[in-house]
Amino acid sequence: MASPGAGKTTLLSRTIKALKGKYRIGVMEADVDSSVDAETISALGAKVIQLHSGGLCHMDADMTARGIEAFDLSDLDILFLENIGNLVCPAEFDVGAEKRVMILSVPEGDDKPLKYPLMFQVSDIVLVNKIDTLPVFDFDKASFENNAHLRHPDMPILYLSAGTGEGFEAWLNWLTAEASKICRPLVSDHQEG
Amino acid sequence: MHELSIVMHVAKTIDELAEENQLAKIGSVTLQVGEVSGIVTDYFVDCWNYFKRKHPLLVDSELKLETIHAVTFCEDCKQDYETVRFGRICPYCGSEHTYLLTGNECIIKEIEAE
Amino acid sequence: MRTIELHKSVTESNDRDAERLRSELLEKGVLLVNLMSAAGSGKTTLLSRIIGDIGQKVRIAVLEADIEASVDAERIEALGARSIQVHTDGMCHMDAGMTETGLREMGLDGIDLVFLENIGNLICPAEYDTGAGLNIMISSLPEGDDKPLKYPLMFQTSQALVLSKIDTASYFHFDMDKFIARVRFLNPTIHIFPVSAKTGEGMEALEDYLLEQTKAWKEKGSHA
Repeated sequence: MASPGAGKTTLLSRTIKALKGKYRIGVMEADVDSSVDAETISALGAKVIQLHSGGLCHMDADMTARGIEAFDLSDLDILFLENIGNLVCPAEFDVGAEKRVMILSVPEGDDKPLKYPLMFQVSDIVLVNKIDTLPVFDFDKASFENNAHLRHPDMPILYLSAGTGEGFEAWLNWLTAEASKICRPLVSDHQEG
Repeated sequence: MHELSIVMHVAKTIDELAEENQLAKIGSVTLQVGEVSGIVTDYFVDCWNYFKRKHPLLVDSELKLETIHAVTFCEDCKQDYETVRFGRICPYCGSEHTYLLTGNECIIKEIEAE
Repeated sequence: MRTIELHKSVTESNDRDAERLRSELLEKGVLLVNLMSAAGSGKTTLLSRIIGDIGQKVRIAVLEADIEASVDAERIEALGARSIQVHTDGMCHMDAGMTETGLREMGLDGIDLVFLENIGNLICPAEYDTGAGLNIMISSLPEGDDKPLKYPLMFQTSQALVLSKIDTASYFHFDMDKFIARVRFLNPTIHIFPVSAKTGEGMEALEDYLLEQTKAWKEKGSHA
């Protein structure tokens, strides 16, 4: 979950490239309109479907369940739902996910935990993206962490750039640690673990 | 998402109607909800039940919901089709130049009152 | 019991409230601008810049709408402009009723131009008429050039678009020509203002537009 333009699709693209061969990844792209995101993911060879919400500002469990029907789950290890770009509504609807990841990008500012409390409260981790742009924005890390922890004490916060790859390893480690609680990674393309 | 605000708008419309027509009690409210209006009907009913308890005019009223089917029109092949089944892409010609004809409305159809 | 047929859209009561508010504001000669964007696009920073630049030429007030927190209203007040903070208790947009209540509480005497800084959300605010005389949206450069494709309604219903944070262009892959073409496809008549509230670039054109619109609104009101 994230605001529009925070870098959800870019993050997913880099994640898919990094984990190819280790985990079978599927993506449900949810957008109000357009298929640009699904096309981007599809070009990377991951299984993807595009869901259009027709104006609705969030996904819910029912829509997610219907979207999942399009996948053969025995063929997948990790399934991402790239939710509608919105810091408000998606936080209110449990889609049935195992983990909730939110992305906040540096350009959006460090005061977002104060203004959009629920999103920070319900998420399991926040990825602060676009750190390569820190030089041009007034983003106070200490202030942000303080604000985030006010809403969600001990919330894991990772700083990265999906664009340059900086800090990405920590995200992949978190993701694969969580995934390993549920599924085992492929050892190679021809063996299943 | 906006279910509660819709409930409040409906209540406001009914209040105005009740004043114009000197209605003392509402027996039922029939709403037509579009298939793709985004309204989650279970949640909507919860919001309605929560709201009507504090609203003397509506407290004993029954909420009736009817579904308006969603139909999409294709500008390229000029055919229409079921939105929920096929989505934005025309199942006849594969075009993306489509728009919704019906299905995202939320209409107060009628009320029973005295 | 008798049956009364209505066949009324549920947004009808909001649409009516919005029309009524708009007429009242026209009569009072106060232009209400509904400022919409995603979270973090720079609404408050832009408003701060506008108040600093033209606050002496036109009397500005700001109705700050947020789900929670008063950080935005505090920033505006610190600049000496009239402002109040409205909390929506979780609602993802403002409607005409909430806007009217907020404006009444703030008071519009001695004000020419009032901004409603709507909730940071590219979707829901576009669906509700707030009674504003002008809808202006912000899309910030870091958010990318594909926003018109993904969130068409806000681009379609706004009269002006501010492309903010243009000073950061060298850090992002933003195709200006593509962005403008996509915007124009949705809304051929929308005014586009690329700006940086930080450096001031492009702000004069936007501020001239706001001054013209305020003047035109007052003239319209005096003839009505």
